[in-house]
Amino acid sequence: MVSKTSSSYVPWSQERAVAIFERHRTERGALMPILHELQDVFGHIDPRAVDLVAEELNLSKAEVYGVVTFYKDFRSEPPGTSVIHVCRGEACQSMGAERLARHAREHLAVDFGGTTSDGAVTLEQVFCLGNCALSPAVLVDGRLKGRVDEAGFDELVAACRTEAR
Amino acid sequence: MGPVVVFVPLDAAARSIGADDVAIAVVREAAVRRRDIRLVRNGSRGMFWLEPLVEVSTPEGRVAYGPVEAGNVGELLDAGMLDGAPHRLCLGKTEEIPQLRRQTRFTFARVGINDPLSVADYEATGGLAGVRRALEMTPQEIVTAVTDSGLRGRGGAGFPAGIKWQTVLNMPSGLKFIACNADEGDSGTFADRMLMEGDPFLLVEGMAIAGLAVGANEGYIYIRSEYPDAFATLSAAIDIAYLNGWVGPSVLGTDRSFDLHLRVGAGSYICGEETAMLESLEGRRGMIRAKPPLPAIAGLFGKPTVVNNVLTLATVPPILAKGAEAFGELGVGRSRGTQVFQLAGNIKYGGIVETAFGVTLGELVEEYGGGTASGRPVRAVQVGGPLGAYLPTSRFDLPMDYEAFAAAGAMVGHGGIVVFDETVDMSHQARFAMEFCAEESCGKCTPCRVGAVRGVEVIDRIIAGVDREANLELLEDLCETMVDGSLCAMGGLTPLPVRSALKHFPEDFEHVKAVPL
Repeated sequence: MVSKTSSSYVPWSQERAVAIFERHRTERGALMPILHELQDVFGHIDPRAVDLVAEELNLSKAEVYGVVTFYKDFRSEPPGTSVIHVCRGEACQSMGAERLARHAREHLAVDFGGTTSDGAVTLEQVFCLGNCALSPAVLVDGRLKGRVDEAGFDELVAACRTEAR
Repeated sequence: MGPVVVFVPLDAAARSIGADDVAIAVVREAAVRRRDIRLVRNGSRGMFWLEPLVEVSTPEGRVAYGPVEAGNVGELLDAGMLDGAPHRLCLGKTEEIPQLRRQTRFTFARVGINDPLSVADYEATGGLAGVRRALEMTPQEIVTAVTDSGLRGRGGAGFPAGIKWQTVLNMPSGLKFIACNADEGDSGTFADRMLMEGDPFLLVEGMAIAGLAVGANEGYIYIRSEYPDAFATLSAAIDIAYLNGWVGPSVLGTDRSFDLHLRVGAGSYICGEETAMLESLEGRRGMIRAKPPLPAIAGLFGKPTVVNNVLTLATVPPILAKGAEAFGELGVGRSRGTQVFQLAGNIKYGGIVETAFGVTLGELVEEYGGGTASGRPVRAVQVGGPLGAYLPTSRFDLPMDYEAFAAAGAMVGHGGIVVFDETVDMSHQARFAMEFCAEESCGKCTPCRVGAVRGVEVIDRIIAGVDREANLELLEDLCETMVDGSLCAMGGLTPLPVRSALKHFPEDFEHVKAVPL
């Protein structure tokens, strides 16, 4: 869940990670909830977390690594202060999303998955945010935005940069 | 006289264009004018061209104003909005707005009406009647009622829900599960999201009924991570349901138990495929499973599992409360009841249209939808998500009916309709279908994993004018291989948008163009 900014992430702590396992230990199929919480707390899935998860859940490191890398949400490095998802689904395409996607990459000078050099914004692509009657749609730190044109995108970025300072 | 009730939606789409600012302005401006109001954050009525839509309770009924901007609120209050007075933004009584009046809201009856998390509102508007009825019935009677209603899976495949439930009921008793697919990843669909945000208790009730029907004591809802608002609302709804004893060790004071868990996806489209979703719930990569065995026989953790979409489960409570006939008498052919159609993309009046099956594609796009948002002529519509066919306006006569669409080489799917105007280049849309498949394929089977990558390359050559005839033939071969050889709908249906684009819009593939991006 992309619902907070990096300022609230904590540095790696084994005790903190173990506390997360304890909370989920009795759940069926606990791996996904554990990975989500690890990322919510630390901002990304630290390699040390992979080792620990494997040990705690009696899985091979390869299995855990395989799950972490399968899902786009799980990061191997912390994101920028803000994360902006630009929708490239068909509904948004019909309202100019490809133009917006191009503009976003040029404006931020990063490709999808990249973080701006000042660390303020990580740019991601997404295929549908469920706002298909108010396209193009963008998600900024978990907040949905509708009818976002190029100028609107620049305003959102400016707000993120102000927040990052 | 009590306070005037003012409704400002909390739906994520309404919030995406300023509903929160409007809500704040309503409270502030009313206070300035010393008017006593009670603000209710309701779900959305699903008329997004009117959002943020503000409603005011009057003795004659709810009066609507929209689209309202925060800056208009002071002026609206001065004009007498709190008394339902006329204004250029006044739309009259909400229920009489033409696009809403013509609908038959069966599943969405409560969405946009209530505070989604109000227990009192839920019960006052018929909530829990379905599960109470179910508690008086035998499991077989519940399953029979669902079967008799003709309800088919709303997730896209349209499999009869009752038959699925019967299969799970017939399995020997023991550990069984209800798994709700809330991984609504198809572009052009947002009905699941709106229901989870606008009437989450209905889904909880539907899950509980499914548990009672098939003898399952545990349910999982798998919601996509791209829906943070829906997650928050549903999560709160489940907590409230536990506190009120609607679910938990004793369902409504009976000796039946039903535990409900909410799980979040992690950005994978393929996890909307039921077996990939089950893998993900079990804590693995979202790789699809070969069928058989069907999930109804060996599903979640290898146990018999009902896997249904949000709207399928949410349609069960009103079916039980109002009777299978009330639902089954609507619709056409084997497509019974209503469908929550979603008008999306380049559309003037976008949003939800819940109406009986049988309405034509043209009625939805032109009459309800009012044509394009851009004002240019409609050129193509894609029905049923990224794996659905592109259709030209000459097929607007098609009735929304699973069988009629299948016969036309298309699919109704989840009922999402994405409209494109004349500026669309259909060769780009065909290419995108392959690109999307390449991006989202789980990689388990070769036709999908490799076919999609080759598909992009072949379409690029066609667009660039390289050996066009030979490459068109190759593309057709490739599509055939993907349809016949893929394990699931991802690879099996990706050729649908590709072939339909080629069939209906061949002219877009005839001229040499720059390859997109």
